[in-house]
Amino acid sequence: MNSSTGLPSAYGLTGSASFVDFLQALHPDRLPAPASGTHGAQGASHTAPHGTTIVALRTGEGVVMAGDRRATMGNLIAQHDIEKVFAADDLSVIGIAGTAGLAVELVRLYQVELEHYEKIEGVPLSLDGKANRLATMLRGQLGLAMQGLVVVPLLAGYDPLRARGRIFSYDVTGGRYEEHDFHAVGSGSTFARGSLKKLYRRDADTRAGVRAALEALYDAADDDSATGGPDVARGIYPVVAVVTPSGSRILPEDEVGPIVDEMLLQRRTDPDGGRQVGG
Amino acid sequence: MSVPFYVSPEQIMRDKADFARKGIARGRSVVVLQYDEGIAFIAENPSRALHKISELYDRVGFAAVGKYNEFESLRVAGVRLADMRGYSYDRSDVTGRSLANAYAQTLGTIFTETAKPFEVELVVAEVGESPDEDQLYRLMFDGSVSDEHGYVAMGGSSERINTALGDRWRPGLPLAEALRLAIDALGEFGDDQPRVLGTAQLEVAILDRSRPRRTFVRLDNGRLTEIIGGGS
Repeated sequence: MNSSTGLPSAYGLTGSASFVDFLQALHPDRLPAPASGTHGAQGASHTAPHGTTIVALRTGEGVVMAGDRRATMGNLIAQHDIEKVFAADDLSVIGIAGTAGLAVELVRLYQVELEHYEKIEGVPLSLDGKANRLATMLRGQLGLAMQGLVVVPLLAGYDPLRARGRIFSYDVTGGRYEEHDFHAVGSGSTFARGSLKKLYRRDADTRAGVRAALEALYDAADDDSATGGPDVARGIYPVVAVVTPSGSRILPEDEVGPIVDEMLLQRRTDPDGGRQVGG
Repeated sequence: MSVPFYVSPEQIMRDKADFARKGIARGRSVVVLQYDEGIAFIAENPSRALHKISELYDRVGFAAVGKYNEFESLRVAGVRLADMRGYSYDRSDVTGRSLANAYAQTLGTIFTETAKPFEVELVVAEVGESPDEDQLYRLMFDGSVSDEHGYVAMGGSSERINTALGDRWRPGLPLAEALRLAIDALGEFGDDQPRVLGTAQLEVAILDRSRPRRTFVRLDNGRLTEIIGGGS
């Protein structure tokens, strides 16, 4: 198996079902970050776009995750409509705060990683397996994180073994922490978490969950300059992902729009919001 | 020093081909055919775990007959090549044609350069935006490729099954009819005596044209019974 257009012979060797391990062994140059890191990346947060706030919460049906659309570069707004929340596979979603270029690439690799395992093994990874794989991949980027190029993901999914939604947060060293009911990462996360704490209801349906996530992002944007609020003039709304036992999906804009409008209407009379959610 | 017997290249190739054909003929057959909304794969395979049919990429499926360990290593290599390409370039750059080409090169090299050829036959199928754009590639143990239209059967009694499919297949069959046609053909000609195949003896999957991104769907016993029972 060594002809130039055929399958390279090493491709047929038995090995792990991990795409990342496969790249590391055969094509290390295609991995997003070289293992040794780069020099002189200090202060990169001012020269590379930075994604901000992601929130996730459990609902009675699964999980909801939402992210604002702003990317910042120092004091500038680098992008108004960046997407930071993605479907990882059929039953999980991932949102990323931190250095945008590395984060988006990490998500792309993570999506292939999950799909690759599923195709090779014939069954999908367990949710714990998915969470652990992400931890390992983050650990590989520790060198970059130490130089200021930090990526902080948030993973949420439906676990068929436990028949409920689960949320995992991470630190830059690859530490993996399961969150109870809700969590937020990124620059506005403190405010978003405070907001969720008051709005969160464990038995909420998906729509109420989406509303609570949007409220939390609104509150984060209220107090954190790096988090963007809904941009009604341009029609740019937060990206909202929903996972239920029947699958994961990113809500289309015409589904998010009306819920945002409803929230904004209420905020006109009650600017701090949250007093009537789901009530 | 002993002088080895001279064996002509023709004889070597003939022997290898006979050997591979015999190996393939021992296995149960697989049918791949187009229906109106995609491509269906139907294998006679009582095992739930050892698959003969697999997803390679978003719109590309794989089916094989012959020796399991050999086609499994080819399948894994194909998944790796597809994911590698899709990750390095773009998802739309992974095509059935390029995968079929890689398999053809690989099988050809193995057939000519090694003492024991692979005892496998493969189909690589890609579902297009419309039935006209669907592609079916059949790959033989020696690396030869043929571009099939509509349907293809591989394995032990592939000739008789192909003839039966040729008589009954037509473009634009609904899924239920296409599946029944393939299952009937496998049952009637798949062995010396005609049999009735139950869903438990079958492995069935489709490439569903209408799905976004990953089009490959396995049909388990329940779904299969629902489809072939409900459409008559």
